[in-house]
Amino acid sequence: MSDITPELVRHLASLSRIDLHDEEVTSLTSELGQIVESIAKVQEVATDDVVATSHPIPLQNVSRPDEVGETLTQEQALSNAPDSADGRFRVPAILGGEQ
Amino acid sequence: MSGIVGLTAAQLAERLGAGEVSSVEATSAHLDRIAAVDGDVNAFLHVSDHALEVARSIDDRRAAGEELGPLAGVPLAIKDVLVTTDMPSTSGSRILEGYMSPYDATVVARSRAAGLVPLGKTNMDEFAMGSSTEHSAFGPTRNPWDLSRIPGGSGGGSAAAVAAFEAPLALGSDTGGSIRQPAHVTGTVGVKPTYGAVSRYGSIALASSLDQVGPVSRTVLDAGLLQDIVQGHDRFDSTSLTTQWPSMAEAAREGARGDVLDGLRVGIVRQLGGEGFQAGVRQRFTETVEMLQAAGAEVVEVDAPHFEYAVAAYYLILPAEASSNLAKFDSVRFGLRVEPAGATSEQMMSATREAGFGPEVKRRIILGTYALSSGYYAAYYGSAQKVRTLIQRDFSAAFAQVDVLVSPTAPTTAFPLGERVNDPLAMYLNDVTTIPANLAGIPGISVPIGLAPEDSLPVGLQIMAPAYRDDRLYRVGAAVEALVENALGGTLISRAPALGGAR
Repeated sequence: MSDITPELVRHLASLSRIDLHDEEVTSLTSELGQIVESIAKVQEVATDDVVATSHPIPLQNVSRPDEVGETLTQEQALSNAPDSADGRFRVPAILGGEQ
Repeated sequence: MSGIVGLTAAQLAERLGAGEVSSVEATSAHLDRIAAVDGDVNAFLHVSDHALEVARSIDDRRAAGEELGPLAGVPLAIKDVLVTTDMPSTSGSRILEGYMSPYDATVVARSRAAGLVPLGKTNMDEFAMGSSTEHSAFGPTRNPWDLSRIPGGSGGGSAAAVAAFEAPLALGSDTGGSIRQPAHVTGTVGVKPTYGAVSRYGSIALASSLDQVGPVSRTVLDAGLLQDIVQGHDRFDSTSLTTQWPSMAEAAREGARGDVLDGLRVGIVRQLGGEGFQAGVRQRFTETVEMLQAAGAEVVEVDAPHFEYAVAAYYLILPAEASSNLAKFDSVRFGLRVEPAGATSEQMMSATREAGFGPEVKRRIILGTYALSSGYYAAYYGSAQKVRTLIQRDFSAAFAQVDVLVSPTAPTTAFPLGERVNDPLAMYLNDVTTIPANLAGIPGISVPIGLAPEDSLPVGLQIMAPAYRDDRLYRVGAAVEALVENALGGTLISRAPALGGAR
């Protein structure tokens, strides 16, 4: 059996910054349980002697000349912001009252 | 399909070049077609309101004697995962509803520079997570062959748009089959190029080690003409290859002559067939292989023992990368913001992501967060990366024996809308044939080969080649296309239902 519990799903949702409803926690617990059971088989063949691949076609030290190119203007960068002020993105308080 | 919208991109380009048709006429014809059939198909999330203006400027430049590119004046549909400055880009998600990008994706910029006329943005599963477009926040696209069935996914909108003659060409993206599987179920052509062959700059990232942008069309030549425009190095994408690519259109023209099949070594992957594959899909696949043999190809079975672990590895790697890529949707710099009274920034982010993401996106973000968690990382994500190495080795061993590998592009024809949308595992297994190519970074194409006898729905042949050998795919793909057309006495797509009240 998989180790996916409602508590774990709530913890993962909090790490992912998704405020799940209780019904979503219930359905995700059962769905993720099934999915994890079926994908855990990767461990069968992933032995110590096999190296990991992160990118299919590895490139190394990709760089370009350090020159100023075309960049977005401040106005463009802020054009989709839900809220902004004085040329900056604006957000509500970072810390709550009890913090 | 008759008239301008029935022309392939290559035919239309020729008439545009000869002055027999103007871009305004071609663009109007496609806009009229969209108006007539897209209420049924729902391939488009947004139709451009200035396509005619762009078309007129191409006509003016041509009239002024300017030397234009081979596809100048030809209309193009663009998957909504690609950002555009003149149309909203949502990636099928509520969290990006109305988002207007301050820059164009490189493939869009190159298409515009080549004189293609963007018609609109096509529907897709939210953030390209899905195989049916049913996970779009804006309603599913319907398959033009049977409106009660899925058009494939995630790029169901682009495939349905070309299958329904709403556009001759489209751009798509393929992370685990999102270009090839929709091509299979809609009787069209789709190509996933070699990883890094086409820039992903401005493609809203799903899984960065798997995503690849590519062409969607009704013929292999048309796909090649579009790949010629969008391929090549882009300094804005650090995974972009500096390879000098040959012309894929030229490869397709060569392939259509057929002699490429004589002596071609073709491998059938034992693990991509048999049980779980629909009888009619297997039948059309076997017939096509027999046609290849009759044309002189040497066909052998090859073994890829680790392919049975591909889906499992993919559904660890993809969610892990997606959970990281989608962290940027935090309601600070762009997108939806939901701000409960008195909320802190963090509470605002959690409320926004709860409201803005659909169920499949939440499922994969949570799964990816799990796979990357301390204590699980080595067992899941680390193991999946090792499987990736094993799959690459399987491909290397296979390509030591053969020039190309073939399989059915997907195990079944288009399934009914609603059938698998609440069964994530069943939906995931649909990608079993296409995922290995993404894990290994190699190119793949889907070419229509006929209709399954039991349901009269399209079946595609997937052809895979070693990395960097996209030209071989186009050569062999065009040869297969010619064989199939010859056997059917016409193109498969000409058998698609008329749509627009005529059915």
